[in-house]
Amino acid sequence: MGTPHTAAEDATAVTTAQNVGRNMDLLRFATAGSVDDGKSTLIGRLLLDSKSIFEDQLEAVEATSVSKGYDYTDLALLTDGLRSEREQGITIDVAYRYFATPSRKFIIADTPGHVQYTRNMVTGASTADLGLVLVDARQGLTEQSRRHAVILSLLRVPHLVLAVNKMDLVDFDQATYDRIHAEFTSFATKLNIPDLQVIPISALQGDNVVNRSEHMPWYQGPSLMHHLENVHVASDRDLVDARFPVQFVIRPKSDDFHDYRGYGGMVASGILKPGDEVVVLPSGMTSTIAGIDLFDREIAEAFPPMSVTVRLTDDVDVSRGDMIARVNNAPVPSQDIDAMVCWMTNEPLRKGQKLAIKHTTRTARALVKDIQYRLDVNTLHRDTESAVAGGLGLNEIGRVQLRTTVPLLVDPYAKNRTTGSFILIDEATGVTVGAGMINSAS
Amino acid sequence: MNQTHADYQLSQLDQLEAESIHIFREVAAEFEKPVLMFSGGKDSIVMMRLAEKAFYPAKIPFPVLQVDTGYDFPEVLSTRDNWVNRLGVRLIVASVEEALAKGIVVDDGKTSRNRHQIGTLLNAIEEEGFTAAFGGGRRDEEKARAKERVYSHRDEFGQWDPKNQRPELWSLYNGRLHAGEHMRIFPISNWTELDVWHYIGREGIEIPTIYFSHQRRVFERDGMLLTESEFNPCKPGEVASERTVRFRTVGDLTLTGCVESTASTIDEIIDEIAVARLTERGATRGDDRFSEAAMEDRKKEGYF
Repeated sequence: MGTPHTAAEDATAVTTAQNVGRNMDLLRFATAGSVDDGKSTLIGRLLLDSKSIFEDQLEAVEATSVSKGYDYTDLALLTDGLRSEREQGITIDVAYRYFATPSRKFIIADTPGHVQYTRNMVTGASTADLGLVLVDARQGLTEQSRRHAVILSLLRVPHLVLAVNKMDLVDFDQATYDRIHAEFTSFATKLNIPDLQVIPISALQGDNVVNRSEHMPWYQGPSLMHHLENVHVASDRDLVDARFPVQFVIRPKSDDFHDYRGYGGMVASGILKPGDEVVVLPSGMTSTIAGIDLFDREIAEAFPPMSVTVRLTDDVDVSRGDMIARVNNAPVPSQDIDAMVCWMTNEPLRKGQKLAIKHTTRTARALVKDIQYRLDVNTLHRDTESAVAGGLGLNEIGRVQLRTTVPLLVDPYAKNRTTGSFILIDEATGVTVGAGMINSAS
Repeated sequence: MNQTHADYQLSQLDQLEAESIHIFREVAAEFEKPVLMFSGGKDSIVMMRLAEKAFYPAKIPFPVLQVDTGYDFPEVLSTRDNWVNRLGVRLIVASVEEALAKGIVVDDGKTSRNRHQIGTLLNAIEEEGFTAAFGGGRRDEEKARAKERVYSHRDEFGQWDPKNQRPELWSLYNGRLHAGEHMRIFPISNWTELDVWHYIGREGIEIPTIYFSHQRRVFERDGMLLTESEFNPCKPGEVASERTVRFRTVGDLTLTGCVESTASTIDEIIDEIAVARLTERGATRGDDRFSEAAMEDRKKEGYF
């Protein structure tokens, strides 16, 4: 591992580095796992093989491994960044890692896998285009791997990879892989997984990680890296339903821009163009897009996830928290929200509780009208009785009805991950205590 | 006007820019008194550019704060002044020397100026009543930073509690604070060193000249090449000589090492980083080398 780079490796590194500033695209993916299933080894391998780890980082890890008496370099030490994590030998919090190949840049949200860290998995999955679930070929599907798949499905991560790891320890046996593949495919029918790829790998030996394995000629699919580089994510975005949450009103009041009034925000979905007839919610006033600015340039159209400034032809009253949409395609303002909520703090969520809610750029207060059921993330069983009685505990996910003080401008989460999501904040402590995915509003 | 986009696909650098602008606007909308921590280094210059874009054609709606160690590179200070003047923003300089003279921070003779910045910074934030301070930290820099949020909560003592961070989901940021607390905001969390360089190249913006290859009298200490200066004289056995160097990071000049380099353009710097064997901090920052958890410890106390 500490070997010097070859000339060919350096040439690839230079190509990658130059492409970073060109038309390179981005894939965000989430992994979850614990010490034993080889997740850290796999991430370490991806980082090493893409030359994203520097010598001083590797030397530090090698030195620590020696001092702990290991006879191998523990790549988990590369990713466990906090002192308490290194001391306990566990991953606690979400860590973000970065690497690039000549064709793509990757952001990994690396999360722990145990049930007591469900909230961290939910956090990592919230921004992911792809989820990577690891199973140990010797053990097959476990409760933990099922839970990861359920969470990725719940968070509507569009692409899922099931990496069947440690194939070297089952003599690269096709029947073992086929059995796990079939078992998972059957389980996945209960979930929302639009795209699934199952890959047999050995993270330790590198089989099917970057290069196709010579040990598994029976596997005709791509290596993990090849799949990550080529999975098509552009079509995951919604380019139809225009949604523009207004973030910040820009009024320079300077001599040069005396009458300028623009609405800064990030396009959540759809395409906006000058001349489009739009409606401003919740007021319902209609207007026309006069122009769209990106810094000092006027642009012909804006699409997700661009941060732009929209100007309207009419001097209508628009402020932060409002949403600009198309006249014939707009979300319905609603104060009654039905959502799946992941609870993230020790004190349980209870019926009758009041919380702050942040949805796009709008903040309101919410009353918990009902907790309908708790979802067992291992079995998908709906646990009705206890949820109502004991509330929703830390790391639990349940179906909740909320009543908000002002209308929110929502879409179902299944249709729109930006306008369908919200966070809940404890008003006394200021802490983020829940994450919600909207089923419907009425 | 631009032609229409055939594929509606943003490059990764454009996506990073859009995300950062979103964060700047969110903070400006939700916090009473934000401030941008400006060191004059490349990362804080990228932040200035992003803030400029986020609010254009209006001015940046918050001031800029620089912690002056007294050991700053003159090239960095002149770049800072050019930026501040061009954008017409208010500059607040918090001086470590003044903080030492007033007894706000205490010099025990062993502590570096870099570490004294912590007390100086926290005092400036408290005195001015800032509720949000933008910093140029990136998660790829160091493994303690890899776990930090975009909105990083600090208590009344300016401390970071890594075990007790708020979950951060989607692009929904929670800016709730109690009196006396503040938030550190890291708008370029997801950028890498290469992204920063490409962005500087693409935007054609001014950075301090010391990032490019130049002649400098340097000497070797602890495996680093340090600048010879009145603040940092050679110790016995150390010999200064003129070399062709550039800096990968800028900070306190008594602690910030340079690397031998002939890279005189952004493209040459990018090619050089591509094949670099050491991280930018490991190679050139004495302050991060004291222990494996040096950064985590300083962050807990209130470092950037």
